[in-house]
Amino acid sequence: MALTLFDKLWAAHEVVPETDERPAVLYIDLHLVHEVTSPQAFSVLKQKGLRVRRPDLTLATLDHSTPTLPPNASGEHPFATPEAKAQVETLQANCAEFGIELFGFDDPRRGIVHVIGPEQGVTQPGKTIVCGDSHTSTHGAFGALAFGIGTTEVGHVLATQCLFQRKPKRMLIEFDGLCQPGVTAKDMALAMIRQIGADGGAGYAMEFSGEAIRALSMEGRMTLCNMSIEAGARVGLIAPDETTFDYLKGRPAVPQGDAFVARCEEWRGLATDDGAEFDRIVRIDAASVLPMVTYGVSPDAAAPVQANAPLASNAEQKNAADYMGIEPGERLIDVQVDRVFIGSCTNSRIEDLRLAAAVLRDQKVANGVNLLIAPGSELVRRQAEAEGLDEVFKTAGADWRLPGCSMCIAMNGDRGEPGDLVVSTSNRNFVGRQGKGVRTVLASPATAAASAIAGRLCDPRDFLKDIV
Amino acid sequence: MAFASITTIKSRTAVLGAENIDTDQIIAARFLTTTSQDGLGQYAFYDWRYMQDGTLKSDSPLNASDIQERRILVGGANFGCGSSREHATWALLDFGFRAVISTDIADIFKNNALKNGLLAIEVDRETHEALLATPGVEIEIDLPVQLVRLSNGRTVPFEIEAFAKSCLLNGVDTLGALLAQSEAIAAYERRRTVEG
Ligand code: SF4
Repeated sequence: MALTLFDKLWAAHEVVPETDERPAVLYIDLHLVHEVTSPQAFSVLKQKGLRVRRPDLTLATLDHSTPTLPPNASGEHPFATPEAKAQVETLQANCAEFGIELFGFDDPRRGIVHVIGPEQGVTQPGKTIVCGDSHTSTHGAFGALAFGIGTTEVGHVLATQCLFQRKPKRMLIEFDGLCQPGVTAKDMALAMIRQIGADGGAGYAMEFSGEAIRALSMEGRMTLCNMSIEAGARVGLIAPDETTFDYLKGRPAVPQGDAFVARCEEWRGLATDDGAEFDRIVRIDAASVLPMVTYGVSPDAAAPVQANAPLASNAEQKNAADYMGIEPGERLIDVQVDRVFIGSCTNSRIEDLRLAAAVLRDQKVANGVNLLIAPGSELVRRQAEAEGLDEVFKTAGADWRLPGCSMCIAMNGDRGEPGDLVVSTSNRNFVGRQGKGVRTVLASPATAAASAIAGRLCDPRDFLKDIV
Repeated sequence: MAFASITTIKSRTAVLGAENIDTDQIIAARFLTTTSQDGLGQYAFYDWRYMQDGTLKSDSPLNASDIQERRILVGGANFGCGSSREHATWALLDFGFRAVISTDIADIFKNNALKNGLLAIEVDRETHEALLATPGVEIEIDLPVQLVRLSNGRTVPFEIEAFAKSCLLNGVDTLGALLAQSEAIAAYERRRTVEG
């Protein structure tokens, strides 16, 4: 029988198949842990006297409440609140107690949970990967079955390395043709979410395919799979191919030499078979995707940056327009910008920073605009600095920070002020996501950087003429 | 977590009709630096209930004088989308809600809710519209027979995953059932050497 990538991943991890009465027991190959969604799960383990079944399949990092400013002379980190500090210390204590590896403050491998997994090569094709974080879908870019879970389930995985799961339906998103120069994976993601809606993928595992997907780098594929949850799909998948293998080759956690070649051969077999069936198929013309921004308070409220904000057709859209201060019918390129954030698990990898630097080189951030750039990991930071990107950013007037979630979730003290309009390369434009009363416009790193220079929303192709 | 078993919930409703109510609205990230799951009700929909200066918003349905007695929250479509934070479920439970009704409830939120004894119920569009239009109406959710009884006597069926239902009826969490699978899990690990 012809099987999809999803079917193959699911079947390989069924400990006990599902019945009408019971969901399947699904085995988890990699459990990523961070400070915000784990403390209550560890508490349950302690109350019940349980241990972590597979500490060797569990990896923790500090990212969400973690400062992006350096420690002071006595080594104290500038936590936003005592609670944030306590939360980080709780994870440190839990990892020590249960024997879990933690990428702590002084570890050169520390970073955002969805950046470090791929970077270390612990994210691999064919694995099941979970984390108490909805953007775990990111790892699907490698052909891994990866999805976000709540804290109760974090406890389940810690204690049993398994989850009860019902099989989702399968959706194929086919990008036909190739994207135009200057159009990025972020634009593809926003175009996809606009087309199917913020709940269009609910109940589905999505697979992305087509020529434009094959042409994407791993960074781009991660950006796209990261955003599948913004269309409601817990899982976003891309079949592994040579691009995947080239990315993984030589990374610390993958086998080396002949063993790696043999593993790649197995991984090739994961791709969806010809004739395999999906419950829903969506086609998107890649060539017609343009640089996108959001204009509302849900990620599906997206439009080409060159377009006008659509007219509000109901009370809800009117409220969103009021909150955003973007008049229906207004040209989006006329929207004034107060802050720009480049970072988050969506767009904080080296390729994203290179793209932002290509736009910002020999340019200045507009007067009154604040540009904050937080690399996705310590390794990304070092790589960027080795390439001199930090100098480009600083010369342009940007604030170059240490790695972390930063303004994506605004838990660590990095945030906008009430009323600020922030162009952000993160994934959620929800009301107050980047600080109380802050208005968020989602965009690619290129569009964000161009908007920082222009002081208003801007088509990045204006600045990329020599490059694209 | 263990919770009291649920069979029926009879209550007046509270209505938040907006679509796409994300978990950042239910509990904002600034309240997530906790290491406990208790006492989060005070933060539920905080920015929807309080003005900038900390005074109550008089027009918020969540500030109704009898809100403490309302056990059922009716929300707009795609309720609970966004972040996986289980704090959203804990906050709604601590606030006093025992059930959420919408046309569609986001997957991760639904999962979290059912695991904590917060019923997450999806009804047809017509029923949903009627509920949105009549805030404060008394309805009854009957879990064993999977029916919502409306004030006009009409009954509306709903689906619920069978295992979640039995856990809710018996007030047991699923961790025990997973731990009981430890032999099957060990056999799986032998069959397919899982490397760290
Ligand atoms: S960067 Fe944002 S979306 Fe990604 S893990 Fe951190 S808080 Fe979540």
